[in-house]
Amino acid sequence: MTSESATTPTGGAAPDAPLLTVRGLRKSFGEHVVLHDVDLEVQPGECVVLIGASGSGKSTLLRCVNLLEQVDDGVITLGGLDITDPRVDADEVRSRTGIVFQAYNLFPHLSVLDNVTLAPRRVHRVARAEAERRAMAMLDRVGLAEKARARPDDLSGGQQQRVAIARAMVNSPQLLLLDEVTSALDPELVGEVLDLLRDLRAEGMTMILSTHEMGFARNVADTVCFLDGGRILEQGAPAEVLGAPREPRTRQFLSRLVS
Amino acid sequence: MPAGPVPGPAAVVGGEAAQQDAASWSPSTVEVERRAYRRSRATRSAAVSAVSTVVVLGVLAWLVTHSEGWPRVQETFFSWDKAVSSFPAVLKGLWLNIRLMIVCGISILVLGLTLAIMRTLRGPIFFPLRLIATVYVDLFRGLPLLLLLLLLGLGVPALRLPNVPTELVFWGAVAIVLSYSAYVAEVFRAGIESVHPSQRAASRALGLSNGQTLRHVVLPQAVRRVTPPLMNDFVSLQKDSGLIAVLGATDAIRAAQIETASDFNYTPYVVAGVLFLCLTIPMARLTDHVARKQGWHGAGGAL
Ligand SMILES: Nc1ncnc2c1ncn2[C@@H]1O[C@H](COP(=O)(O)OP(=O)(O)OP(=O)(O)O)[C@@H](O)[C@H]1O
Ligand SMILES: [Mg+2]
Repeated sequence: MTSESATTPTGGAAPDAPLLTVRGLRKSFGEHVVLHDVDLEVQPGECVVLIGASGSGKSTLLRCVNLLEQVDDGVITLGGLDITDPRVDADEVRSRTGIVFQAYNLFPHLSVLDNVTLAPRRVHRVARAEAERRAMAMLDRVGLAEKARARPDDLSGGQQQRVAIARAMVNSPQLLLLDEVTSALDPELVGEVLDLLRDLRAEGMTMILSTHEMGFARNVADTVCFLDGGRILEQGAPAEVLGAPREPRTRQFLSRLVS
Repeated sequence: MPAGPVPGPAAVVGGEAAQQDAASWSPSTVEVERRAYRRSRATRSAAVSAVSTVVVLGVLAWLVTHSEGWPRVQETFFSWDKAVSSFPAVLKGLWLNIRLMIVCGISILVLGLTLAIMRTLRGPIFFPLRLIATVYVDLFRGLPLLLLLLLLGLGVPALRLPNVPTELVFWGAVAIVLSYSAYVAEVFRAGIESVHPSQRAASRALGLSNGQTLRHVVLPQAVRRVTPPLMNDFVSLQKDSGLIAVLGATDAIRAAQIETASDFNYTPYVVAGVLFLCLTIPMARLTDHVARKQGWHGAGGAL
């Protein structure tokens, strides 16, 4: 389509088999086509950041990758397996990817600890003690170990967000999807989450995240994709896309952000 | 929300492009193959369910019709001639059930909702209202409907109070409304209390009063949530409207009973049963359909 720029992961990684490929993805809701012909490649250990105006399709793209939406057309592969094939076990695919939602979506009837241990215990059949040990380690990491017994409704927005990250991370997913995880956080906490994500990336975690914060994008991204009206208009290293955008539409979007 | 990204003209352009694209787009071969596969799975599921249904029903029918007592049962419960001859009388009786159901149904909804709201009012001034509603629910939910019917239907007319109707059907209906509104009030109350407190907070923050919050935010969500259990109560009401037969009113069941009295052929009861099913099944399907179309169940917010 408009942009043919190949994905160029920084860090000099050899272009070996990508962990995730998206080819010609199309998704509509009724008459409204939300994603058109989206192509994307994510190498293992790469961090891809999606930017774009509200309603440009960032959340929808992440939901398609996690098979929460059935695509209209196109192929998504994860670790070489075509996950858009209806013969594929969607639950198994989802258990290999973690997603953190824009609105957290914690289970209000479960304590923080039970939110985090639910999938390990019920999906992966980990024993309770082991699951709780891992969950506590994860909660400690996001700085919420002392809130383990609290209910999600009793936490602040930023704390809920961090619980959601812990819940997604506790399964050690191959791919972590994060939808505007910093939008509810104060600058200090944004810094904390940023550090957390940087640590995760240093450990080789592959991530796709959407954000409205360009500073965050510049800091954490290997590749930045600019979405506009459901198309990836421009993608490349953050210095290129954010620093010297080629597309007028990208320039317009970024200049509005600055002003 | 960072200041800035206003979906301005560009977003509109995106929308137009989307429309054009929607017109010219045709699925790729991969997608066509995937759809064919999904369709074949759907066809297979339909075939499996059809075959298993036919087999199960067939076996049941065979067992019943080959049982020893079947010819006798067939004659006393499923006699076609008797069905035809009793049909008009039973149908006439059913008309009473239908009228009762509609009048009682509406009264029950109004009274039940009022009671539920009374019970959920907060603040000390409303204590008497809460108390009345609580006592009412405890009392009428606890008394057997049959007892209420007999007390009101036979007792009150016997008092011969001036200006009070003495018709059996009227008092039968009152008994049904008293009993059912106590149940329905509890269903509504569960719905009202299941609406998350943050919804009230958001509404009050917009400047809506307590009453407006209830009217425009809480009740619409509560009512949608409790529609399926309410339907359950209404199906049950349709059947219990037959209980007024104990007062001697000629509803469908009573009419069937009269028909059977002459020759001890019970087919009229089966006719009445089938007619009741003809009322309740379409109503249940209709509510399912409406609820699905409106996206009432599990319609979550944005991601
Ligand atoms: N379930 C749905 N039904 C109908 N339309 C939907 C649905 N989900 C999303 N959309 C539409 O798809 C478009 C893209 O939505 P999406 O949530 O992906 O945007 P976004 O880029 O994540 O925006 P934001 O930055 O505000 O989160 C929007 O126009 C939205 O109205
Ligand atoms: Mg979004």
